[in-house]
Amino acid sequence: MSTNTENKRKAPAGERVADWADGRLGIYSLAKANMRKIFPDHWSFMLGEICLYSFIIIILTGVYLTLFFHPSMNEVEYAGSYVPLQGQLMSEAFNSTMHISFEVRGGLLIRQIHHWAALIFVAAMLVHMMRVFFTGAFRKPREVNWLFGFLLLVLGMFTGFTGYSLPDDLLSGTGVRFMQGAVLSVPVVGTYLSMFLFGGEFPGGDFVARFYSVHILLLPGIMMGLLVAHLILVFYHKHTQFAGPGRTNKNVVGMPLLPVYMAKAGGFFFLVFGVIAVVSAIATINPIWAIGPYRPDQVSTGAQPDWYMGFSEGLIRVMPGWEINLWGHTLVLGVFVPLMIFPLVLAAIAVYPFIESWVTGDKREHHILDRPRNAPTRTAFGVAWLTWYFVLLVGGGNDLWATHFHLSINSITWFVRIAFFVAPVLAFVITKRICLGLQRRDKEKVLHGRESGIIKRLPHGEFIEVHEPLNQEQLHTLTAHEQYEPVELGPEVDENGVRRKLSRGEKLRAKLSKGYYGEDSQIPKATADEYKEITSGHGHH
Amino acid sequence: MKKLSARRRHPLAAVVVLLLALAATGGLYAAFAPADKAQADETAQSLAIDEGKKLYAVGCSSCHGTGGQGTSDGPSLVGVGAAAVDFQVGTGRMPAQQPGAQVPRKKVIYDQAEIDQLAAYVASLGAGPAVPTEKQYNPEGADIGKGGELFRSNCAQCHNFTGEGGALTHGKFAPTLEDVSPKHIYEAMQTGPQNMPSFPDTTMPEKEKKDIIAYIDAVNGEKTASPGGLKLGGLGPVSEGLFAWIFGLGAMIAVAVWVAARTAKAKKS
Repeated sequence: MSTNTENKRKAPAGERVADWADGRLGIYSLAKANMRKIFPDHWSFMLGEICLYSFIIIILTGVYLTLFFHPSMNEVEYAGSYVPLQGQLMSEAFNSTMHISFEVRGGLLIRQIHHWAALIFVAAMLVHMMRVFFTGAFRKPREVNWLFGFLLLVLGMFTGFTGYSLPDDLLSGTGVRFMQGAVLSVPVVGTYLSMFLFGGEFPGGDFVARFYSVHILLLPGIMMGLLVAHLILVFYHKHTQFAGPGRTNKNVVGMPLLPVYMAKAGGFFFLVFGVIAVVSAIATINPIWAIGPYRPDQVSTGAQPDWYMGFSEGLIRVMPGWEINLWGHTLVLGVFVPLMIFPLVLAAIAVYPFIESWVTGDKREHHILDRPRNAPTRTAFGVAWLTWYFVLLVGGGNDLWATHFHLSINSITWFVRIAFFVAPVLAFVITKRICLGLQRRDKEKVLHGRESGIIKRLPHGEFIEVHEPLNQEQLHTLTAHEQYEPVELGPEVDENGVRRKLSRGEKLRAKLSKGYYGEDSQIPKATADEYKEITSGHGHH
Repeated sequence: MKKLSARRRHPLAAVVVLLLALAATGGLYAAFAPADKAQADETAQSLAIDEGKKLYAVGCSSCHGTGGQGTSDGPSLVGVGAAAVDFQVGTGRMPAQQPGAQVPRKKVIYDQAEIDQLAAYVASLGAGPAVPTEKQYNPEGADIGKGGELFRSNCAQCHNFTGEGGALTHGKFAPTLEDVSPKHIYEAMQTGPQNMPSFPDTTMPEKEKKDIIAYIDAVNGEKTASPGGLKLGGLGPVSEGLFAWIFGLGAMIAVAVWVAARTAKAKKS
């Protein structure tokens, strides 16, 4: 008994605290399971961290802003320190945002950090998603996590949009009006939806308060939940890794979470915060004082949404203003069609993993990443989608393309209309060719070695370039990927000579599979036999 | 009187009355017409018009016609007024370099005296708005807030929130209002150059023009402060998005590459 108490006294304070916590939270087993968790090293694996950290920064700065922001549309007269707006009528939301920008200590910097971090957050999510896409990290078992990530992107876009609308300035008011127009274009229920959303005719006196609760509570709450689920799944699935010697589908080669990644990730958080703070300190974002308060009778040129909504702006700007008038009702196709394409653009990339897994029929788990060139069809699809997205962004900023490149806005609009259909196809074909070219080069490298740049003259006068053979590590890395065979439909008749019934789905799948893995879609990788034959010393190569 | 009255039905009586009446009006005109003073003024004025006409014949007539009547290459200048000439030539837009959707602002070719002469000549072709005096366009003491409201209602559709300019159809554009002098802004509003609508005093009184000039000077002038840092062109979310991608995300990816390259690597044996 006495020895026991003596032992307890000797235990250092930290250990006692840890013991106390373990007895209640079970942290020892948690730590044991996770402290030595291994993460592989690659810069592109840190893109998700950028998203996480900028999200945290947005929440922290957002909380500060809520202390001073008044989500109300009551009309007040501006009496703050910015002279060009003095005496103007504006909503309390705008007035309090002016107050944050000019009178609250650090208010403008925090506002700018919040807004810049939001732009960077969504950009980072898109880039992170593209990393996952092009390396095939979405394959089993990570399809659900891909969807979580996709939802985070979509929710991030809408959280951004509602936040952009809160100051009730002339720019964002135009954006809200735009959105209301899109809602109105929905057949039958459009007007009801709009009335419901705005509590009456636009703009009414409610939307800022409503957007406020959506912006600070509803959407970030859902995002927080999805984010936690996303991270839990990353831990549960373990991180993917690029192919390399000693790396298999059953292991992870890298460094432990503690201490290496704790230090790296912690440090990286501050670096991300630092970059955002520097950007926010040197560059203005959304200068609402220059933009002025919203009034439905006013509008300015150059009224665009933040970049992540730019593709929807592009859809609207390039869509011809068609409409159908029937029985006293108007169907505004010029707005309704873009509204329908908007989710399709996003869904196209979201459902891709499921299409690919259906085509390959591959039910195995994949933890080794693909190099984009080794999945030419997937890579080409991704680039085509990005091209599509970029073309729409050009459409959304057509006025600035026109003024900055001295072009006619009409020509740009027509270019976008045509490129909307043509550019993705071109991008697909070109990317695929580039991937196949790179595959050929890899094969050449494996079989013949690296071009050393050393020119040798042989005794009989011939000049040759000396090729250095690759080492084992490099050979492994370049040939580690596996190549699928196209799906075969099998014989048309069964063993009894009866025509087999093939469903349309099966036929389509066979066709797609041929497009993915047929002769024209991948270069057979170098085999060990080929390598041996060439390196066995018959002639120089 | 009897004599006169007796001959009142003479066949020539009507002619005599007519002659007398003509002599009276002519005499009255000669007596009261402001002949002398006008003559003295007109010498300076007509000198300017003459000089202007010569300049016009060399620099403008190939497009606007020898008498300012306009051709297929340039509009008629009858009735555009001196203010239009002062704006177009004073900002370098005229003489135009080449035909196109719109004539851009460029280096001013004529000096102010020559511009005044040209203006005098064009004004002599037909009545139009005169060059404003400094009292008319000087923004001192104007209501900047009111000017902002007017600007957002009447100008921002084409010139952007703070007058950074914007695109119009078919290659036309609303130019930036940065370092445009108050006089030229006033004249532009008055005359509606090129693709711009005009805002004569009947629709936009002098005071409102002054308010607008004061607002432009406050938000896009030499002394305008940008409290948030770099303005990024004042063009809104497109330039902000570009900046976020290149300098925000770009810097972070550079940092990520740097962090990933500096890892606690196991020593290679």
